[in-house]
Amino acid sequence: MSDVVASSPAAELAAPRPRRGFSPAVGIAFVVLAAVVVCAIFGPWIAPYDPNDPDLLASLEPPSREHPLGTDDLGRDILSRTIVGARTAIVGPLLIAFGAALIGNVLGLIAGYRGGVTDSAISRWVDFVYALPALLVAIVVVGVLGGGYFLAVALLVVLFSPIDTRIVRGATLDQRSRPYVEAARMLGLSDRRIMTRHVWPNVLPLALANAFLTFAFAIVSLSALSFLGLGVGPATPDWGRMLADSRTLLFDVPTAALAPGIAIVLTAASVNVIGDWLYERLSERGRAR
Amino acid sequence: MTRRSLALYVGRRLVALVLLVVVISFVVFSLLYLAPGSPEQILLGARPSTPETVAAIRAEYHLDDPFLVQYWDWARDALQFDFGRSIRTNEPVVDGIRERFWLTLQLGGLAFLITMLLGVPLGVLAALRRRTATDRGVVALSVVGVSAPAFATGILLLYVFAVRLGWFPVFGEGSGVIDRLQHLALPAIALALTGMGLVLKLTRTAVIGSLEQDYVTFARARGIPRRRVLGAYALRNGLVPIVTAAGLLLAYMLAGTVLVEVTFALPGLGSLLVESVRTLDIPMVQALTILIATIVVLVNLLADLVYVAIDPRISFEKAKA
Repeated sequence: MSDVVASSPAAELAAPRPRRGFSPAVGIAFVVLAAVVVCAIFGPWIAPYDPNDPDLLASLEPPSREHPLGTDDLGRDILSRTIVGARTAIVGPLLIAFGAALIGNVLGLIAGYRGGVTDSAISRWVDFVYALPALLVAIVVVGVLGGGYFLAVALLVVLFSPIDTRIVRGATLDQRSRPYVEAARMLGLSDRRIMTRHVWPNVLPLALANAFLTFAFAIVSLSALSFLGLGVGPATPDWGRMLADSRTLLFDVPTAALAPGIAIVLTAASVNVIGDWLYERLSERGRAR
Repeated sequence: MTRRSLALYVGRRLVALVLLVVVISFVVFSLLYLAPGSPEQILLGARPSTPETVAAIRAEYHLDDPFLVQYWDWARDALQFDFGRSIRTNEPVVDGIRERFWLTLQLGGLAFLITMLLGVPLGVLAALRRRTATDRGVVALSVVGVSAPAFATGILLLYVFAVRLGWFPVFGEGSGVIDRLQHLALPAIALALTGMGLVLKLTRTAVIGSLEQDYVTFARARGIPRRRVLGAYALRNGLVPIVTAAGLLLAYMLAGTVLVEVTFALPGLGSLLVESVRTLDIPMVQALTILIATIVVLVNLLADLVYVAIDPRISFEKAKA
């Protein structure tokens, strides 16, 4: 009797497990991410100056009371550019994480639930894309096709979707053999209904945690493309772009390169910490660690 | 597992590998047509576009032939390492690559050494000292390593160690062994940090996993020395996922090389790729892409073979069924 209870999903969630505490690192990560989100939404209103307003008389100024982080070679306020830069830094990655999760959930559910030829076709595709070095493919394709932020976003959606597909497929395979799926089949429910209404909700938490990790990866990749001059346009305040432009200012106004650099590292690390934490909490793997 | 089944497996993998490279080469060849502007315009580059030069280019590259014939001609030349001339420099593409190959190899080799020599021992250490301050410190390092892009860490390292402390030169590649090492130290560390995060994380997880196995408990109970339990039982079994991740590590490192070379203004293959992409030097991009694809595919094959060597349980008889 107790065996049956223990294997039902509800009992599994309720079973006592070592509580994964809310460690200080996760707390800090949430604070950093919240700050970045606020900057992304309200950036232009928070920033003390217009991020694109050049002031050639005040170029290359070191940090001062008026310009807390100094000004770049065109006299633009570095603090304002860093604040406003949060937008391109997370909006694209958010789209990428969402798009990749959407493709991954659909393909993963179908592959895991149907099995057979469908599964092997999808798995082949996943293995193929997974073996490609995503960033290099993006550099070549975006560069040759003439660049652009949204082309880069669309391409990264396709290149990142295999990770989501693999995870969802694995979780679906695990669910498929459970009694509730068989019961639903006995009742004559359609495959589509079983997949979307019964299996998917059980797979979703894991997919969500994974989407967070994709998000972190996308932040890094997209800013790398911008750094190489293949993402956003030249004047856009974007962290990767700012780093590339101010690389040579390291001796004069180091903050011009350090501010966006630290912003990228902090944001990506925070999202990763939250993603890992979610993953450990939501996946069964977490109980073993 | 017999010798014959191993040969069969390697043979099958090699066939798949060749097929994959053929598919990729087809896409890579199509780049010429996918790029904005007509092929003859791209191939002319900065040279003046007159009816005569256009006709000459069309003849030289057989642009009037059907697409598949063009691909065939191109692929035949490519097999003999003839990728045509670079549009930007007008010298043979292969020469341009050969010139820059050495630096990238040194940078990558150095970074790989640092990654492995620091990543694996630190991962083992964290696993052994689980839930202590050491463990948390190592895990934090790996999180930063995995999430921080190589160009951002590169800039931070440059600022601290080259600009502020003045221990290392800021830009350039250096000449002579010592000078070269000094110039490559910071780029290699920046590159290694990316891969190290991954190796550290994997090693830690793998060793923790294998330490929990019954055979480790029994080995301890039998009184086998700690060092041997760790080396022969826990670490060897833990190695399997690390080797499997070699392909992933390579992808990390390849992308990292591009970013690091651009950050430190090093004239290697990575910066060559970016320059060529920016200037639409399609022949160069084609050659570099094929080179990278071949390397990726070969390393993945190699990783699978090492996997077999480490883990004798893997049998191809089963895999075939």
